[in-house]
Amino acid sequence: MGGKEYRGLNHTWLGFFILLALLGLLILPGIGSLSVNVWVGSVATGLCFALVALGVFITFRVLNFPDLTIDGSFPLGASIAATLISSGFDAYLSLPVAFAGGALAGVATALIAIKLKIHSLLASILTTTALITVNLRVMGRSNIPLLNEATVFTPFIEPVRGVLNQLGGENLVRLSNNVLAILLTGAVVLLVKLLFDAFMQTEIGLALRATGANPQMIRAYGTDTQKTIVLGLALSNGLVGLSGALFAQYQGFADVNMGLGLIIAGLAAVIVGETLFRPRSISGATAAVVLGMIVYRIAIAAALNIKIPLPEGEVFRIGTQDIKLATALIVLLALGVTQVQKRNEG
Amino acid sequence: MLRIEGLKKVFNPGRVNEVTALRGVNLHLPANQFVTLIGSNGSGKTTLFNCIAGVYSPTAGRIRIDGEDVTTWAEYKRAALIGRVFQDPLLGSADTMTIAENLTLALLRSRSLGLRKGVTRERRKLFQSILEPLMLDLEHRLDTRVALLSGGQRQALTLLMASLTRPKILLLDEYTAALDPTTAKRIIDITRKIVTEQEITTLMITHNMRLALEHGDRMLMMDRGEIVLDLDAQQKNDMTIESLLAQFARVRGEPIHDDEILLASD
Repeated sequence: MGGKEYRGLNHTWLGFFILLALLGLLILPGIGSLSVNVWVGSVATGLCFALVALGVFITFRVLNFPDLTIDGSFPLGASIAATLISSGFDAYLSLPVAFAGGALAGVATALIAIKLKIHSLLASILTTTALITVNLRVMGRSNIPLLNEATVFTPFIEPVRGVLNQLGGENLVRLSNNVLAILLTGAVVLLVKLLFDAFMQTEIGLALRATGANPQMIRAYGTDTQKTIVLGLALSNGLVGLSGALFAQYQGFADVNMGLGLIIAGLAAVIVGETLFRPRSISGATAAVVLGMIVYRIAIAAALNIKIPLPEGEVFRIGTQDIKLATALIVLLALGVTQVQKRNEG
Repeated sequence: MLRIEGLKKVFNPGRVNEVTALRGVNLHLPANQFVTLIGSNGSGKTTLFNCIAGVYSPTAGRIRIDGEDVTTWAEYKRAALIGRVFQDPLLGSADTMTIAENLTLALLRSRSLGLRKGVTRERRKLFQSILEPLMLDLEHRLDTRVALLSGGQRQALTLLMASLTRPKILLLDEYTAALDPTTAKRIIDITRKIVTEQEITTLMITHNMRLALEHGDRMLMMDRGEIVLDLDAQQKNDMTIESLLAQFARVRGEPIHDDEILLASD
């Protein structure tokens, strides 16, 4: 009697090659002409979004409880951070508050799904819809610029500029914003990843994982799975809220629409990470999804650089408007390949 | 140890698909008894287990475990008192987690979980010492994911997990039915060893009449939501499969048509 395999996608070479080919198709035509700043910027953006990938990993993989709330908890974290900062609060205070806001959104979805027995996807769409109003009310308008405010990055920008100037002069100083973002968000992501890995090995962490793997069994051992689901969704959306707060400060504004379709980007990162790095453990998997998000952002940056010459001297360019379609196709293909393989095996 | 009075369970009451699964079950299991329970499909055996374990709340009746009325307790709250092993080896453990992690969860049964490390060195030592005498070759594979074990190994692990914290009652629901005969015998031997050593009151559902007669101190037979036969050790020893089939036909008022039970009898 063979057991079920690790619940990751595409742990076969076929899936690996298809994904590699697809990423190659997006990356290769454009990657050669990428400027250094775009490279560094992609890594910085990827790190800002890495906690989104971790959040998706928690709900979709660990807890096996598909949750779309992140489309709302990401702009919620951004709104909270932008509002606090523009009202004169310390930027570092915005991070835990954004985490708490996101966590509350996750709790709301979990309670709707559990107590009213509404499907998790519908419950999360309900929360996300409600959050649009919440976000608008928090900000008082649809976006808040942060360009002239003191963000979490501000205290470090001068030292980073100085060091880069010493190392390579003007050329490197131009990169200082992105380099700083990589250092600071990288540190936050690393810290969160290590804490999360350790948490997964604690007694509560084990119960959380068992809730996703076999809820019937873990109830029989005395765990209230309703509580573990609430905890898991709070953690997931808290991290996404934190991610929103970081990204708003990196890009210099918060916008009510910045979470649109984010769940698919998060899924894409999880799939890319799992497929490329084939993790065998929880700590490997968290590293893989973080790296998956960075690869995904580089792929997007490269795709945006593709220029296809058309007759009569015109040039077709992939624009930002095309990214959602491309992302949806990556996820669709990855899921599709898995299903076809299952059918062939079965 | 277990006292059940007037237990009734009706599914979908008042609807066209209303089913009465249990129609007034009375049962008293003294401590340390090993009881086998047979009955055809739909006789209510598994519903009885689900009511005892708290998966279903009964329509009427009371359930007491070790003197405590648990009738209204939620499943996870009763968990401290009850160990359960299902027919499907996949149901008893978390397949994406390791042997040590599964055993840790079983060890922590109904204790409040904390942010302490789950799989500690002392716990690993404990698991090794428990696994070694079972000779399943699992004691050196504590960090193997359960998905990689065979059905027999998984069922043995489930049994170990279910009995690890000495529950008041162990419920075995056709737990060897999916295994080959040699493995099944091995698992039952391990079960006898564990429940005797740990003095756990055990209730075992089986379709196999021989199994029901060979094992245990007492045998129950269920039919159409009622316990229709209750044999003590002496009566059970005097019973053959043929006389059991005749008894069954008599209480039912008709011969058995259940293929599974007939096939399992030889």
